[in-house]
Amino acid sequence: MLSFIARRLGLLIPTFFGVTLLTFALIRLIPGDPVEVMMGERRVDPQMHAEAMHRLGLDKPLYAQYLDYIGALSHGDLGQSLRSQESVWREFLALFPATLELAFAALIFASVLGLGAGVVAALRRGSAIDHGVMGLALTGYSMPIFWWGLVLIMFFSVYLGWTPVSDRLDLLFDVPPVTGFMLIDTLLSDEDGAFLDALRHLILPAIVLGTIPLAVIARMTRSAMLEVLREDYVRTARAKGLSPTRVVVVHALRNALIPVLTVFGLQVGALLAGAVLTETIFSWPGIGKWLIEAIGARDYPVVQNGILLIACLVILVNFVVDILYGLVNPRIRHQR
Amino acid sequence: MSPRRRSRAALFVVCLLGAAAGAAASAAPSSLVVCSEASPEGFDIVQYTAAVTADASAETLFDRLIRFVPGSTELEPGLAQSWQVSDDGLSYTLQLRRGVKFHRSKTFTPSRDFNADDVLWSFQRQLDPQHPWHALSPRGFPYFESMALGELIERIEKLDDYQVRFVLRHPEAPFLADLAMGFASIYSAEYAAQLLAAGTPEKLNSEPIGTGPFIFERYAKDAQIRFRGNPDYWDGAPPMDRLIFAITPDPNVRQQKLKAGDCQIAVYPRPTDIAQLKSEPDLKVLELDSLMVAYIALNVRHPPLDDPRVRQAINLAFDKPAYLRAQFGEGNASPAVAPYPPTLWGQDETLAGWPYDPQRARQLLADSGHADGFRLSIWTRPGGGPTNPNPGIGAQMLQADLAAIGVQAEVRVFEWGELIKRAKNGEHDLVFMGWSGDNGDPDNFLTPNLSCAAAKSGENQAGWCNAEFDALIARARGLSDQAQRAALYRQALGIFTQQAPWLPLAYPKQFAVQRGDVQGFVLSPLGSNNYAKVRYAP
Repeated sequence: MLSFIARRLGLLIPTFFGVTLLTFALIRLIPGDPVEVMMGERRVDPQMHAEAMHRLGLDKPLYAQYLDYIGALSHGDLGQSLRSQESVWREFLALFPATLELAFAALIFASVLGLGAGVVAALRRGSAIDHGVMGLALTGYSMPIFWWGLVLIMFFSVYLGWTPVSDRLDLLFDVPPVTGFMLIDTLLSDEDGAFLDALRHLILPAIVLGTIPLAVIARMTRSAMLEVLREDYVRTARAKGLSPTRVVVVHALRNALIPVLTVFGLQVGALLAGAVLTETIFSWPGIGKWLIEAIGARDYPVVQNGILLIACLVILVNFVVDILYGLVNPRIRHQR
Repeated sequence: MSPRRRSRAALFVVCLLGAAAGAAASAAPSSLVVCSEASPEGFDIVQYTAAVTADASAETLFDRLIRFVPGSTELEPGLAQSWQVSDDGLSYTLQLRRGVKFHRSKTFTPSRDFNADDVLWSFQRQLDPQHPWHALSPRGFPYFESMALGELIERIEKLDDYQVRFVLRHPEAPFLADLAMGFASIYSAEYAAQLLAAGTPEKLNSEPIGTGPFIFERYAKDAQIRFRGNPDYWDGAPPMDRLIFAITPDPNVRQQKLKAGDCQIAVYPRPTDIAQLKSEPDLKVLELDSLMVAYIALNVRHPPLDDPRVRQAINLAFDKPAYLRAQFGEGNASPAVAPYPPTLWGQDETLAGWPYDPQRARQLLADSGHADGFRLSIWTRPGGGPTNPNPGIGAQMLQADLAAIGVQAEVRVFEWGELIKRAKNGEHDLVFMGWSGDNGDPDNFLTPNLSCAAAKSGENQAGWCNAEFDALIARARGLSDQAQRAALYRQALGIFTQQAPWLPLAYPKQFAVQRGDVQGFVLSPLGSNNYAKVRYAP
């Protein structure tokens, strides 16, 4: 197990450098630079442009800029946003809890419903329920997120008035950020009703963000369950007279979870990095929106280090999933 | 119900009533929620140019020496109560308002009122490269620098605590209007000194202190900005106790939030949604002719565009009304004939511009020796903006209309930054452009876009340098009498029309939507939004 972890850790170093090089190069390949974007339609005088580029250290050769960047990273310095002049790390810390909270809620929604629907569809293979569940999963998977979000808002928020249109909390609650997780901060604050309000705000974004993972998990669970249910040991368990629930939950589901777990790991990464659309629809102040704006503004430090931080997180999550995978499936650990 | 249960229920009702009475006695603070379009870049307004940043800082937290009358481009006293301009137009002496308080925060308690030291600090910081705060703005001072105020202002003097003098190197009529712009906001010199001593100068940008109608409370990036009303505001405390900007980038969601009552004002609705919004009974659509112009610059350095007849032909060939309907929607923009909209003084009402007349266009081409047409390129950008909501369609419409008079045009799309850079080098033939005025002065449109100096620097994308036109606008810039200036501008507009260096496209309107029960909100032609006098009682 230790050598397995060591090998996985060893892979992190080239991945890390690869990410720094890619983000550094890609953001500079986009036409336009931070000074031009800063001036917007006002346009910019060439001399003023040169002075501003010099002040920002962007007039140096690219290799020197890259070396500066790596040098700063080696000291743990993620730099400052060119726009707000706030440290990138502080901006990330302020916004990441919102993304994490939303991703977590979406994942709970997706995994509970997805596993349940997948298992039911597998057990009722070929029935109307199976076709219904799989049809819905396919629809969910192919749904344009932006459209889906707006449809839910119009129906539940505007027409029925059940859920708020956007944001994390009603603006009339004055809850100062402590942890950045709204559900926790509202509990810590003395504003009555704020927690339930935060929960209501979380429902629609979690559903929208969780729809695609839900579809993927449901389909994956169904096919994995179908495979496992055909195995000899399941037949043996049934022959031994175990209750159907015990056969499904203990013998079949646990083994079916192995491939599902892989998908789950990939979905966590996608949820953390790919919540941009959901964040935009629901004015959710997370890192997806932050990065998109930074790309638009050519805010190089934010783009480079924001993507680096997300990449590290995705690597970390997959690393943890790999270890979990080994725990669930003892055969993996001994393979070299 | 048992007697015991009944008495419990009675007690519960009494408690509820008591609580309700208590709540009524201590009225909840009144709040105005505005669905704003984006996050501000920061709060130190001198470093930024975006309108959303100005709304969240200059319009709420700060004051200027002179300010625009709400909803107009007229000037009125701000932190300066009065001013005198010397006869030679070189010296501006301003008397400052007394008793103006700076905001108080958790970390800053002002020891004195606003005075001349604050004015000097606010301008010297941008003007003087040796000023300790000059180098602390890595982005520089984009407005101050792009308006070349460093070259214009020779010095600023403190005559006494409540009197300052600006001395200019040459007369500049729009100078007073410049002082009303966001970058001329007045900061607390005392707060700046405290921040510098503490080694935390960045807090000027994140924990701003001003004299404005609202006091900064908290900013949650990409989510909300919270302000509270300034009870000591020199122009009267704002009617609302709290002002909250709910940052909502998607215009669809802004509308839904407004309909659901989650905000009371939503800025920048999409022009194509205006008709539907006007039919909503609870909402009110505000509209105003903005200080914007959309145009196509015709590069006169590239033959045959050096021939005015060819440029006139291109003007005549384009079906502008159809373009306006496709781009902005019916009634959301008016056809442009001049480099600035008619809302601005100095406009020539008799100016009709070039009508849509393909027949005459073909004739003009034939007269200029191009009866068989020629080839050219049309440059535009991929993403829309306020002066050009749908660049692709606009370019295709022009291409089709030019084809009808025998001119074969190729549409080339460049990302904005690249487009500006190449257009500055004069690589284009025709390029779609736009301009927003920021100080309500015609010169703010003419000198940056059509002067000979701008042709040399590349800002004048037409590359058009007409000595007579240039002399007229230069003379007008040096005069202080508005009637005299207006007469000169009318002459200049005549030359502009005949020479046709541009194909003027549109004067777009600007819009905002509010709940019906909001009072006192007016749109500004300068594109800024101010909530100091807005009242809302649900």
